[in-house]
Amino acid sequence: MIEVKNLTKQFGPKTAVDDISFSVKKGEVLGFLGPNGAGKSTTMRMITGFIPPTVGEIKIDGLDALESPRQAKAKIGYLPENAPLYSDMAVTDFLAFCGEIRGIKGKELEEAVEKAIGMCFLEKVRNQNVDTLSKGFKHRTCLAQSILHDPDILILDEPTDGLDPNQKAEARALIRRMGEEKAIIFSTHILEEVDAVCSRAIIIDQGKVVADGTPEELRSKAEGAGDYKVTVHGASGSDIRSALEGLANVDSVIEIQSGGTSFKGIVRPKGSASAAEGIFGLCKDRGWSLEELGLEEGRLDLMFRQITMSETENKAA
Amino acid sequence: MNKSLRNVWIVYRRELCSHFDSSLAYVFIIVFLLLSVGLGFLFNRFLENDQASLEAFFMFHPWLFMVLAPAVGMRLWSDEHRTGTIELLLTMPIAVWEAIVGKFLAAFTVLAFAIVLTFPTVVTVQYLGDPDYGPIIASYVSSLLFAGVCLAITSMVSSMSRSLVAALVASVAICFLLILIGLPPTTDFFTSVMGGAFAEGLAELSILRHFIDMQRGVITLQNLYFYVAVIAFCLFTTSVIIRAKRA
Repeated sequence: MIEVKNLTKQFGPKTAVDDISFSVKKGEVLGFLGPNGAGKSTTMRMITGFIPPTVGEIKIDGLDALESPRQAKAKIGYLPENAPLYSDMAVTDFLAFCGEIRGIKGKELEEAVEKAIGMCFLEKVRNQNVDTLSKGFKHRTCLAQSILHDPDILILDEPTDGLDPNQKAEARALIRRMGEEKAIIFSTHILEEVDAVCSRAIIIDQGKVVADGTPEELRSKAEGAGDYKVTVHGASGSDIRSALEGLANVDSVIEIQSGGTSFKGIVRPKGSASAAEGIFGLCKDRGWSLEELGLEEGRLDLMFRQITMSETENKAA
Repeated sequence: MNKSLRNVWIVYRRELCSHFDSSLAYVFIIVFLLLSVGLGFLFNRFLENDQASLEAFFMFHPWLFMVLAPAVGMRLWSDEHRTGTIELLLTMPIAVWEAIVGKFLAAFTVLAFAIVLTFPTVVTVQYLGDPDYGPIIASYVSSLLFAGVCLAITSMVSSMSRSLVAALVASVAICFLLILIGLPPTTDFFTSVMGGAFAEGLAELSILRHFIDMQRGVITLQNLYFYVAVIAFCLFTTSVIIRAKRA
């Protein structure tokens, strides 16, 4: 549905987005991650046609967005950062205005507004003026505007920003549900959202894509992913340690706590091999009791820091 | 309805509601009515002239619109930039020019409404004497066009800045400058420095010169063309600035 090729944006001498390519299919929720100022919003603004790219190609549902912007824009729902609204309008009037501009008329418009109000929980404030709304309601009003015309493509720039934990959960559930039949891109810097919502995530740093994959794939790139945490009783700590180090698939063993009759530590397997069977077999053979054997999944925040920090350092060096 | 016209109409309607929802439109209309009638009657001896003409009344219109049109129009694009709603508006399936024209026409309606509300002065002249309606109609047309020009300039300036005050001050300054180049002191000065041809050419660019021409009751195609061209130019420049600002 969304195809972006070699997208580049320069603001004067500064390159905000540097040769980004990716695509999003129907039924996919793509998470945009990255530090502040990485180029997430700029990329989204180019896809939605708000700013023209310096170089690159954007295809929306097969349409060239740069050649036929109006048709492309009609297929997209967009929630800009900070959720801007016309503050002098009532919520329903604002939504009706947005619907009309999108070409919805009469009874259909009424239904679309009602549906969006229901989906975004705006029932309580429907007749209130926008500038009297709290931040959460403002955000949801803008979200309602983006889904009003039931677009195939949704671009959401920090859709959960400024919401309280309950509203965050609601917004995530909404995005996940809509993601089943739409192509969605949403940006966030809350990593837990990636697990909660995304089917795929891209990490952008300094205008470049530095990682692309499912949340599981990204996690496995984190330092410590694939390691085993073990606690074994039945022999002296040093004996257990050397026995573990002697296993075929084990690369190294890091000690956490070692006593007279037990050992607690991290076992790092060689490459992507599994060391679980070896550890289990060893304990069985020697008659040791295996109290804990856990696989480290890898942590997204660690991976995020690893990737984005190292890039920054490279630039600085 | 044609799609473009429909979009212009939707933007126009929203903007017009927004003008009349805020107190600014009413303040503007009241101030304009008080000043235009008051200045005409008090300073130009409208009654003492003993003529059934509204020349004294219309004479002040350019000076009022020079300040009041920017006051009405300063929010046209500055507000969109400031609140970020421009991102919303321009990612909708709507062309930039449709938004520009819709917004311009809405603000122009406020100005036109104020001008129309001065009709009691016409009734007064009708009651007191037997006015020549030619110059009065021509004056109303020129007044409308003059207001339109000041508003188009404001639209252009407001698209450059997110600050309302900056948009207001800069627009008033430009309108004033375009009036100034048609005034005799300026023309005399340029005649002595640069020669008569230059001074005359410069004066032709003055938005006041054409206003005075039309006040005499003669609406020439040239005058109309001048005003319409200036409005079109300013609105076109607005679109260029909006595009350039995004790039």
